[in-house]
Amino acid sequence: MRIVVAKPGLDGHDRGAKVIARALRDGGHEVVYTGLRRTPSEIIRIVTDEDVSALGLSTLSGAHDVLIPKICDGLREAGLGDVMVFAGGIIPNRDREFVFEQGVRAIFGPGSRTDEILSFLDACSDRIEKGEPIGVGQSAGWRWE
Amino acid sequence: MALGVTPLGEKIESALSGNRRSLARLLSRIEEGETLELPEVTPWTLGVTGPPGVGKSTLIGRLVEYWIDNGEKVAVLAVDPSSPRSGGALLADRMRMDSTDSGESVFFRSLATRGHPGGVSHLLSPMTDLLCYCGWSRIIIETVGSGQAETRIVAFADRVLMVDGPDRGDIIQAEKAGIIELADIIAVNKSDKPGAKRAADSIRSSLELGNDKNLPEVHLVSAHNSSGIDELVVAIEKCSSPDWRNRLRITERLLSTWDSRLIMSDGLDGVLDDLETGSITLDEALDRLLS
Ligand code: B12
Ligand SMILES: Nc1nc2c(ncn2[C@@H]2O[C@H](COP(=O)(O)OP(=O)(O)OP(=O)(O)O)[C@@H](O)[C@H]2O)c(=O)[nH]1
Ligand SMILES: [Mg+2]
Repeated sequence: MRIVVAKPGLDGHDRGAKVIARALRDGGHEVVYTGLRRTPSEIIRIVTDEDVSALGLSTLSGAHDVLIPKICDGLREAGLGDVMVFAGGIIPNRDREFVFEQGVRAIFGPGSRTDEILSFLDACSDRIEKGEPIGVGQSAGWRWE
Repeated sequence: MALGVTPLGEKIESALSGNRRSLARLLSRIEEGETLELPEVTPWTLGVTGPPGVGKSTLIGRLVEYWIDNGEKVAVLAVDPSSPRSGGALLADRMRMDSTDSGESVFFRSLATRGHPGGVSHLLSPMTDLLCYCGWSRIIIETVGSGQAETRIVAFADRVLMVDGPDRGDIIQAEKAGIIELADIIAVNKSDKPGAKRAADSIRSSLELGNDKNLPEVHLVSAHNSSGIDELVVAIEKCSSPDWRNRLRITERLLSTWDSRLIMSDGLDGVLDDLETGSITLDEALDRLLS
């Protein structure tokens, strides 16, 4: 898959995002890494220009409750509802449901194993191939838990 | 021309009217091997190459800012290698160019080399044609410049900027390999660090040892504090490749087209089988493939 890995907002924790970008590359994916401190509109712009099928958001600063909805809404408004969105970093249990409701298909917290993330992406590819919609603007329902 | 009657034509019209999504999708289609029918265009292209980590992306960020300020529409294609083992790629050039993440006058696309026959390079031509057709007046191609495949990518730009750093001296190595002959301009980046001036001097004196009268200019620049950037842009704008260098590029284009045709020809597997068993010679193999 072609995937953008993005660091939204002022969060300066980039270790996890870099680990994930590398792991996805080693798993055979083409990964565009945005670098730190991208605004939601910059991220939407990057997803557009790079024509990727998935967006991975890494947030550890606690701003996920504001940034993730902004980005998901922005993608839908930009006609990018077919892009699959997944997330990682520090997202407390009490916020998980809310984040899923935004259209996010998976959340990977600290200690997540890269082989599990790769299995999730394989499952996504299968679904896309079968025509089962998993984009951020497409019927919710399926999630990886 | 009735471009709009097919779905692909509609996409092209939409990209032409400024729809970034359509443009991005069309670039993917080209990457997947599709051919677009476009009117004849002459794209303005600059290849930027040099060893890893010398600051090519950061420097391109500065060039982009300069040209945008001067009313140009700038597109960047940044090529990074695919891992031969996993087939994946980490495309991280754009993290150094935040000037490319907003504004209508810039378009940035990361490309992996993938397993393309003849390298990604033969796809750069249709991509730059499409960008030019859609109104992008400056097209910059970034590649890591070490080794044959990368030289070839550079052969697809009409002017070539080679970038080196203060403490590497890699360009001298590049000279040994002949890669430097493709450069129209050389920039030694990171002039804010010690050693940059010395690197520039040694490149100059090394170039002067040859008997080429048309030496590329050597510029000392810093992408961090922007010193030397204006002068560099002026040099890029006025540079024209000497005929022999053009000829070298055309040769590279020919070779790359040849490669991809060879690798895509129908009988390849059979010919490889016969080569493996030793029942035909290499010359016979070529004759069969190209007949
Ligand atoms: C190292 C660290 C730092 C380093 C960061 C270095 C760097 N360049 O990354 C430094 C010292 C700079 C730092 C600073 C700060 N930190 Co700090 N930091 C940590 C720490 C200890 C570890 C983070 C880490 O690198 N983990 C290793 C990586 C590999 O794991 P990871 O990021 O979690 O990633 C994994 C998964 O989450 C997931 N993942 C992550 N991203 C993505 C993306 C996708 C797409 C996917 C699929 C998966 C995925 O996969 C990874 C592999 O399993 C955490 C505590 C903790 N245990 O998490 C606090 C922590 C994140 N920091 C915290 C805070 C508050 C700060 C500071 C504000 C000040 C402070 N009090 O220390 C500053 C702010 C900096 C800034 N500008 O944002 C808090 C955040 C609290 C919150 N969210 O509510 C934490 C949780 C500590 C705490 N318990 O209070 N920090
Ligand atoms: N001191 C100094 N550092 C610079 C300058 N330009 C770039 N750098 C730094 O050099 C490092 C590499 O920069 P990049 O722009 O990614 O270099 P690159 O040549 O594009 O790298 P690859 O694409 O990986 O080959 C980064 O840490 C930059 O911040 C400069 O003018 N001065
Ligand atoms: Mg780069």
